[in-house]
Amino acid sequence: MIEPLYIALIPLIPIISFLIIALIGRRYFPTWCGFLGTLSLFTSFILSAAVAYRYFFEIGKVEGVYQKIIALKYAWLQFTPDLSIDMGLLLDPISVMMIVIVTFISLMVHVYSLGYMKGDARISTYFSFLSLFTFSMLGLVLASNIFMMYIFWELVGVSSFLLIGYYYDKPSAVAASKKAFIVTRFADLGFLIGILVLSYYTGSLDFGIIIERSTDPAFSGSLAAVSFMGLSALTWGVLLVFIGGAGKSAMFPLHIWLPDAMEGPTPVSALIHAATMVVAGVYIVARLFPVFSLACPGSLDVVAYVGIFSSLFAAIIACTQTDIKRVLAYSTISQIGFMMFALGVSGYGGEQGLGYMGSMFHLFTHSIFKALLFLGAGSVIHYVHSNEMKDMGGLRKLMPITHLTFLLACLAIAGIPPFAGFFSKEEILLAAWNSNKLVYYLAIITATLTAFYMFRLYFSIFWNKTFSPKQLEGHVNGETHKLHEAPGTMLFPLIILGLLSVVAGFVPFGKFVSSDGLALSNELHLSFSVVPVLLAIVGIIMAFSFYQKENAAPKKLATGLKGFYTSAYHKFYIDEVYLFITHKLVFNLIGRPAAWIDKNVVDGSMNGIAALTGSISSLIKGLQSGKLQDYTLYFFSGLIGFVLLIIYLWT
Amino acid sequence: MSASIVIFYILAAVIIGGGLLAVTERKIFRSAVYLLFSLIGIAGLYFYLNYEFLGAVQIVVYVGGIVVLIIFSIFLTAESGDDMKKPNLWRVTFSGLATLFACLLVLWLIQGHLFVSNTGTALEPNVRNIGRQMLSTAEHGYILPFEVVSILLLAAMIGCIVIAMKIKPKT
Amino acid sequence: MNEIGLTHILVISTSLFFIGVYGFLTRRNMITMLMAVELILNSVNINFVAFNKFLYPDKLDGVFFIIFNIAIAAAEAAVAIAIIINLYRSHKSIDISDADEMKY
Repeated sequence: MIEPLYIALIPLIPIISFLIIALIGRRYFPTWCGFLGTLSLFTSFILSAAVAYRYFFEIGKVEGVYQKIIALKYAWLQFTPDLSIDMGLLLDPISVMMIVIVTFISLMVHVYSLGYMKGDARISTYFSFLSLFTFSMLGLVLASNIFMMYIFWELVGVSSFLLIGYYYDKPSAVAASKKAFIVTRFADLGFLIGILVLSYYTGSLDFGIIIERSTDPAFSGSLAAVSFMGLSALTWGVLLVFIGGAGKSAMFPLHIWLPDAMEGPTPVSALIHAATMVVAGVYIVARLFPVFSLACPGSLDVVAYVGIFSSLFAAIIACTQTDIKRVLAYSTISQIGFMMFALGVSGYGGEQGLGYMGSMFHLFTHSIFKALLFLGAGSVIHYVHSNEMKDMGGLRKLMPITHLTFLLACLAIAGIPPFAGFFSKEEILLAAWNSNKLVYYLAIITATLTAFYMFRLYFSIFWNKTFSPKQLEGHVNGETHKLHEAPGTMLFPLIILGLLSVVAGFVPFGKFVSSDGLALSNELHLSFSVVPVLLAIVGIIMAFSFYQKENAAPKKLATGLKGFYTSAYHKFYIDEVYLFITHKLVFNLIGRPAAWIDKNVVDGSMNGIAALTGSISSLIKGLQSGKLQDYTLYFFSGLIGFVLLIIYLWT
Repeated sequence: MSASIVIFYILAAVIIGGGLLAVTERKIFRSAVYLLFSLIGIAGLYFYLNYEFLGAVQIVVYVGGIVVLIIFSIFLTAESGDDMKKPNLWRVTFSGLATLFACLLVLWLIQGHLFVSNTGTALEPNVRNIGRQMLSTAEHGYILPFEVVSILLLAAMIGCIVIAMKIKPKT
Repeated sequence: MNEIGLTHILVISTSLFFIGVYGFLTRRNMITMLMAVELILNSVNINFVAFNKFLYPDKLDGVFFIIFNIAIAAAEAAVAIAIIINLYRSHKSIDISDADEMKY
């Protein structure tokens, strides 16, 4: 057994660091807060690595099957003897994998932030938020109980909100944080209802019991009888949970908040909006995967189609964006779509569970190379002080390390062997091929587009036109700004992540993580891989020809596909649709009448009551004249009345 | 009709007449004098009922104390020669009717009620008996209320001084 | 009507009581209101005497009550006059309708 205390410490250290920084550090040692946060994360990372080692190699496996271990359980809110909200720590392959990823990426981002955020006035606030986020995310992945997960889910949302709006004097950042909060909040409503439905029908909030009961044929037979609009209650429950997950993971049509969320500091984008928080939606689906796949198979189709559509959709948009962080944001949506549809096409157990394994594998590798991409982009932004591609170009000589690591990450995400993304993506494509050909074809198109837009980004930043530093000298606040490669604290994470994105693919992932806990071989079928790899190379070559040198080809293509290009450039007007719905429809049809009712009916009745009371009181206040004799007279009349009453009653 | 009945009716007339005039007279000083008559009539009634001690106390305290105090305060405050303001008509009518009605009601109750007398040996209400029982600590002794009343009087005295004292503004 | 009985005296005390009440209700001068209160108190005293005399001749409790009543009435009159004088100082009037600050 793993000592529960150590596991509990993994999330507790960041929260303690948050409290120390927020309560004491901010005032007394603001410059040391970053180191404190980094140190605490380092401890957490060491602990979670130790836990992972113990789990995967020593105690997790019983007769070849990885067990779900409840390391700690504490009934927090007891509703009935059977139903309680527990605070528990659940160890199973995916949660152990996630704690390692979260603490590792968070550690990298902390180290990076030490350089990136240097000199910022509110740096201690920044690090306290980072610690809070890490705590919430760790709590989310370790939660043994769906309600506990919901609590941390919301905490993650709050810390994301805080960090997106970190530059609170920038109106766009404030708007973005509000948008992120409202959109995810909207989705979380679905999540909450889903939780209630699931727990109502299975009579428990515990993941293990929900899965056990809903997949038990005797039990689910009775559940199937309960249906609403043709779907069983359980299906509705998991679909609602999926809506929550889709909101957090920025799946279409709830993806609109993620690109705007890039208003936050870049390391935050790397940590929250690329590597960890946004995969929470994938994580919840994976967590409840047996319910999805065994109890309500139809729901997985929804997951698959939402995933693949978001993936393709975001990939198309990513090809047209010019803000490098937005490109990365859409790329994130696209990659999460990959994970989603991989879960959607997967079955439960054995070879059927290939998609599940692939999805988790991709989650693992993606978090590494996407964090790397963001951190690299951050380094570039740090250098040129602009997010726009047109301000960049030819940076490869000026920032050699950033250039190299960025290239590694691009190769990894494009799926070129032997980089990390290749292995996970192949598993996903194979799973799609095995179960759904339509999804497969869309997926390889997306993969090609991915290669194209990533290398478009890469070439635009590091090749293309020659960069003239003169342009930027003195560009920042009028002071002379010496151009330099990023400091060591920023390069160190880049190098580590770069190395990992080369080797992470060689992890025999299927041995550790699979849908049913049994080892699954993730050998590659080389013949199968040929097509996707070739397509990816085609994408890269296209990008090379378009963007390696400044030329007119991209413009020509853009004018050739004019309508399509402009609509993709405007993100297919999804934001406008939402604005139309909210401003024109919701505000006019619901908001205004509600405001009218509030003003006239609600306030009116209140004012009416007040006016009525006032007029009555002014009518009768003469009784309280302050004149002694009036009072005496009332008293005396009352006395006579009483006497008469008593006489009447007693005789 | 014996003399005692005549005396009784005279006393009754003095008491009620004095009272009525005291509450209706417009000149405040005269009103106080009518009150004096009424109170003397009550003292007379006590004498008539053979409660000499009470009659004496009535005269000493009421006639000699309270009425003098009232007259004294009249001199302190009001213009004793002038007519007082007329009470308003509505109030007079209403209070008159109410009190008249209540009075009749009570009288009706009294005449309908059968009072049962306690047939014991009469105890002479002379000063000796009153004093014995008042200061007795035995059963039916009134020593405790006596002391309480004495404290009350002391408190009232101090209270009067405090209330009526002119508070000099701090210089 | 050959003998003066309890009822006779009760009639006197009742009448005196309601005369007092009438005075209290109609008078506007505080001193005359105080006089009306004295009348009310005296009517009660008469009652005590009458009951003691006609119903409980073997006891003296009625007498004691009267004595205490008189003592308390004296105290009450003294306090009331102190208050009236104080009011007169602050309001320059002893009209009861002028002292109506404690309203609404």
